[in-house]
Amino acid sequence: MRHIISILIENESGALSRVAGLFSARGYNIDTLTVAPTEDPSLSRMTILTRGSDEVLEQITKQLNKLVDVVKVVDLSEAAHVERELMLIKVRATGKDREEMKRMADIFRGRIIDVTESTYVIELTGASSKLDSFIAALDAGLILETVRTGVCGIGRGDRILKV
Amino acid sequence: MMISGAEIVIRCLQEEKVEYVFGYPGGSVLHIYDALFKQDQVKHILVRHEQAAVHAADAFSRSSQRVGVALVTSGPGVTNTVTGIATAYMDSIPMVVICGQVPTQYIGQDAFQECDTVGITRPCVKHNFLVKDVKDLALTIKKAFHIAATGRPGPVVVDVPKDITAQMCEFDYPKTVQMRSYNPVVKGHLGQIKKAVQILQEAKRPIIYTGGGVILSDAAEKLTQLARKLNFPVTNTLMGLGGYPATDRQFVGMLGMHGTFEANNAMHYADVILAIGARFDDRVIGNPDHFGSEKRRVIHIDIDPSSISKRVKVDVPIVGNVTDVLDEILKLLDGGFKTDPEVADWWKQIDEWRGRDSLRYKQGEHIMPQYVVEKLYEVTGGDAFITSDVGQHQMFAAQYYKFDKPRRWINSGGLGTMGVGLPYGMGVLLANPGAQVACVTGEGSIQMCIQEMSTCKQYELPVKIINLNNGMLGMVRQWQEMFYSKRYSQSYVTSLPDFVKLAEAYGHVGMRIEKPEDVEPALRKAFTEHKNDLVFMDFIIDPGANVFPMVAAGKGLTEMILAEDL
Ligand SMILES: Cc1ncc(C[n+]2csc(CCOP(=O)(O)OP(=O)(O)O)c2C)c(N)n1
Ligand SMILES: [Mg+2]
Repeated sequence: MRHIISILIENESGALSRVAGLFSARGYNIDTLTVAPTEDPSLSRMTILTRGSDEVLEQITKQLNKLVDVVKVVDLSEAAHVERELMLIKVRATGKDREEMKRMADIFRGRIIDVTESTYVIELTGASSKLDSFIAALDAGLILETVRTGVCGIGRGDRILKV
Repeated sequence: MMISGAEIVIRCLQEEKVEYVFGYPGGSVLHIYDALFKQDQVKHILVRHEQAAVHAADAFSRSSQRVGVALVTSGPGVTNTVTGIATAYMDSIPMVVICGQVPTQYIGQDAFQECDTVGITRPCVKHNFLVKDVKDLALTIKKAFHIAATGRPGPVVVDVPKDITAQMCEFDYPKTVQMRSYNPVVKGHLGQIKKAVQILQEAKRPIIYTGGGVILSDAAEKLTQLARKLNFPVTNTLMGLGGYPATDRQFVGMLGMHGTFEANNAMHYADVILAIGARFDDRVIGNPDHFGSEKRRVIHIDIDPSSISKRVKVDVPIVGNVTDVLDEILKLLDGGFKTDPEVADWWKQIDEWRGRDSLRYKQGEHIMPQYVVEKLYEVTGGDAFITSDVGQHQMFAAQYYKFDKPRRWINSGGLGTMGVGLPYGMGVLLANPGAQVACVTGEGSIQMCIQEMSTCKQYELPVKIINLNNGMLGMVRQWQEMFYSKRYSQSYVTSLPDFVKLAEAYGHVGMRIEKPEDVEPALRKAFTEHKNDLVFMDFIIDPGANVFPMVAAGKGLTEMILAEDL
């Protein structure tokens, strides 16, 4: 099962390696990981997309909670939440492909944020599956480079993760 | 008044009432050693290898209720401590290790004796810190002691760059610490505790299975009260020995890979397991599928939620400090508790298993290792601190020395570190001056920290080294004999030193004991005439002796190989 784990952690140097080290030492997998300070700069918020059985997920949350720097852990995917991922994708845009790329970006509600004679950089946000579909919809030979932030997510409504 | 960072380190140790620091000096800790020199409240024990400093500090903790402290220099000083830190971590031993580091501005430049201390130790500490500002130093050390000793205890490393130990700062030692990210649970959930008591009342084939958590939480007395009240059998893990008096009728012995026939059967066939401060380790339950084949209900008390339902599904988890939870249970039992009458039949069954006498062994012309431990028990009146290394001798000590008190059995259970025995003896003696301390070891293990005989001379630490010398890496040989068709690959120790002469060279007493009839007199002599000497007792034992019962790898708890089968 796919799970999105949100972690509030003290914004200390080395905090990221404690979390990453825990995952590799215990053989848990990380599909994506994002981290940045919150509105309170002494805290970082980390979002990890992982996969595992219920037992594995129970261990992951317990082990994360055991880290001395970790303030709070929730499994976002346990209840209503929204998730987004940002992708920047550089494509070849020459000849008839130039028009086609523009059209595809529009269909997926992407924005072209850099233009040269032969390339576009398209910015796209959405659920990870939408980004996957966009990549699949393009002619693979025209994709020059992609970069994705990994999933970040937040609970809906009154579900708030704060100290 | 402004004092230097180095002085702050020492003042913090004084505030923590640290009596001994185990350490070894070097460039990055010179300021700290200078501050140490200028006072006499905190005493320093100069070991001969940093690994031993950490083991000794670890045993200081294990054998007392105080936190052991080690102090080492950067680079190789730190890397030498890693085995000791990992050993303490696996057994949840509270300890603070202060490490020197190269000056702040050199960090990351491959400076002389630089290593990434925080990175290297991260996976084997409860927590670690790199001090970046002298103003944070006192609070960091306070936090280190707090984190080490509370919750599930463990080692904490504080890495202190040399420039910080030279900078000046006001000293103000905080009385308490508040950390929003660290608030270990103490009290168990009352609703869960009530559920547990109900299940205990219904139990027909119960067992109380306890581990190191009982020792660490100083809950031995409470456990004894509880077990007596319930009239349930008790088994201990290797780490839990002494948590319940081994000479008591309700004690069925250690369980697991080399557990007794009665303990392993009782554990397997129990309908209710009350697990206390234990973690269903692979050496304890054998093959998990085989163990899971019986229907039973499990109550699990542990301070660490991640130990619960990790390897065995638990029906009633109770997260809390063992002493506090047992206290609550005892209170509830006072409200009227009746042990199920069928427990009497269960006892009959257990006594039948006991009748197999699974620790029986044959005497031969050679000295049997079991016999040495039995005699050691007699000669010390069962009241010694026994440290051990890792191998067959460790199992013999665990099986044949009947520990009635907690904190008397000092060994590396989780990591299984050869070499701990002698430095453990030093730590125990410093925490318990005047106590009888024996290190039950093998000729393989003792050589891993043998240089500490020199430290023992310097500080007059009269450890009695009980070397069960089989001329073999016995535990390895046992596996090779049983599972590798006697292909004894590299398990033969040749070119052993003359241990008697070696002990004498270090200024100690050495004895070689080769005949069974000499075992007891030699031990008596060591513990009376040589009470104040370190005595290296080289017992030449039967090289073929094996440890039984044995649950082979992949086998179930009840599928034991017994000595009588062979
Ligand atoms: C540092 C370390 N290296 C290797 C091992 C693997 N090992 C476990 S028991 C053992 C043999 C120990 O030999 P000895 O100390 O003579 O004890 P004996 O089994 O003969 O009683 C070995 C090599 C270990 N536990 N620790
Ligand atoms: Mg040996």
